[in-house]
Parts: sequence; structure tokens; C-alpha cells
Amino acid sequence: MSVLELTKDNFDATIASGDTLVDFWAPWCGPCKMQSPIVDAFAAAQSAVKVGKVNTDEQMELAQKYGIMAIPTLIAFRDGEVIAKKTGLSPAGEIEAMFK
Amino acid sequence: MNETYDILILGGGPAGISAALTARARGRSVLVISNPAATSALHKAHAIDNYPGLVGMSGAELLARMTEGFAQLAIPTVTGRVTGVMPLGESFMVSVGTDVYAARSLILASGAAQPRAYPGEAELLGRGVSYCATCDGMFYRGKRVAVIGLSADAREEADFLSGIGCEVEFFDRTRAKTYEIRGTEKVASLVADGVEYPVDGVFVLRDTVASSVLLPGLALDGGHIAVDRSMAASMPGVFACGDCTGRPYQIAKAVGEGNVAALSADGYLGKTKS
Repeated sequence: MSVLELTKDNFDATIASGDTLVDFWAPWCGPCKMQSPIVDAFAAAQSAVKVGKVNTDEQMELAQKYGIMAIPTLIAFRDGEVIAKKTGLSPAGEIEAMFK
Repeated sequence: MNETYDILILGGGPAGISAALTARARGRSVLVISNPAATSALHKAHAIDNYPGLVGMSGAELLARMTEGFAQLAIPTVTGRVTGVMPLGESFMVSVGTDVYAARSLILASGAAQPRAYPGEAELLGRGVSYCATCDGMFYRGKRVAVIGLSADAREEADFLSGIGCEVEFFDRTRAKTYEIRGTEKVASLVADGVEYPVDGVFVLRDTVASSVLLPGLALDGGHIAVDRSMAASMPGVFACGDCTGRPYQIAKAVGEGNVAALSADGYLGKTKS
């Protein structure tokens, strides 16, 4: 499944139903550059979980709403609710585990 | 992203220098990450009287002589503080401020100054505790943060936080002796010498981040990194040498251990595929 660019305009609609993984990142963040291809590979490998990315430089409201205090942070949503949140680089196996 | 090195060496003192020279001589690609040389205790030493061949030299001169081979062997160095290490199975990722480096093995040569984490520090890391103001500061705009400033550049980092709109409570080396970071889901307050300061974030700025925080689960022995005779630490692909493995804190011992650590890392890399 392709990766969605999320903003405050499409965020709520995207996470409202089903499973969604959101990667909070910023262009200046080194570890985020490592996280990004791992998230891309996760998106490509399955279709059950939607995958989106939030640029925290441009989307400060979303970063504040979800209490982002360091990046990368990954949040797993199920039907609009947060079911898991991980800060720091997460390998592929840990991403899958967020939805178990 | 940068290339994946064979070995990242964390520390640019005698142990790290020795490991780098040996690893490079074995044909391994290495990167040495260290604080500025001038911040090390050795750099300030007036005279070293027991290092064979270079007796009576100052610490600064000795370090300069030891690193002479770096140019010849094309050993790259990076100045900065390691703020995070992430094991990824067959490789490691190391963040230095906002930069990131990858390698298949690590040699820890971080020196004797192995700080102990404050109560609450490891638990709340990434949830209000940060080691890098320029990395995470923007998430604390308009909020109250404490800076425990123990490193040489701490004041600059605190000024950066003030500049982007944080309300900064600064603790220099002398302001308090004991700290405890409180909070459950996220940081709620910092207790300094028994006085509680309600804050949203605590920036702990030391010259060296504790090995136990960088690599949770790394076995320690009396506050030092536990190693075997091959300088292997408790995690596959991680080696340690020099003062961080324990006493005696001597240059000759550090150089010897650095040599062994590099040879062991070389052997480890020979057994794994990139």
C-alpha cells in the first residue's frame, strides 16, 4: 500500500477506521531518515494497515495533539484510537508488534 | 544516508585511537566519534611519565602524536556526542546530535566518565527526557524545561532553547547535587536537591551518555562495561576497551585493549556477512 502524506486536513479521516500507522518525522532528524525506508517497506509488504507520515515541522498542531516530544515517533491507530506509541527508531518487527 | 561502516568507534582517546589504527590496518572501514579532544582529562595532563617511548610528554602532545596515523590511513573522525544507539539485528545505528551513522559493529571506548543515570531518566527518555536540545527542542516551544548542564556546551544548548521560546530553568554543575526526574506517562517535574520544579521536559547534557542508557541490557560490572578477554561486551558485535572497561585507568592498558578490541571486531565481521 502506498504511503500517505498526512496533514491536519486529512489526518482524522485517515485514522478514523481500520488500522493506521503514522510516522512523525522532520527533515533535519537523522534517525528519521533511517526510519523512513523501514516504514516504506512495511507499507509495501502488506495491505491491512494504512501508513502515513507527518512532517512535524509543517504540522505542529498534530505533533502537539499527539504529545510528540522526540522523533521519530510511530503511533498505531485502530478505528481512531491510539493503541501503541513508540519513540526512537523502530525495526520492522517492532512495527508489526504494535498492531498485535 | 551515510555508508555503513564496518566499525564505529565511540571515543577518541588512546583506546579508540589504537582500535582505529588496528582496524584500519586490517582493511576495515572505521569512523571515530568523539568529544572535542580538549575536553578530555588526558588532554589537560601536564606530563605522562610511564608511556613507553614517549616519556614526559604532555597529554595534548601525546594525543596529537597518537592520531598522526589517522591522515595516513584515511581514518575519518566526527566530533560530537553520541546520544543514541540502536541495535538493528546485524547492524547498529548511532545518532550524534541530528546526524546518524550506521555500522556492523561497535567499539565502545568512551572513557572513565561513565555517568550513572538519574532516577527516572532512562524510563522517561523520549517522553520528556532528552539528550539533545537542537534535536528535540522544537517540541517544547512555549513550555517549561529544565536543563541539567554538565557538558562544556550546555550553556549554548540552553540558550538555543530560550531562543526558540522555551522557559528554561538552568542547573549548572554547582546548583544541585542530586536529581530525580518524576512522571508516569511523561515528565512532570524535576526534583533537584529535594526541591520540586514542575517542567514538561528535562534536557540532561553530559559529555558522555551512560552506556547503560545507550544500550539497554548491556552487562555492567561495578559501573564499568563487562568484557571478556577478547574485549567482547555482552551483546553480539559490541566490543569495549580502555577506561570504560575498568581500572587501571592507564594509557598503556587502554592502547592494548583497543588493539584487542579491533582484532576481535575484525574476527566477528569475518564471521558475519554484510
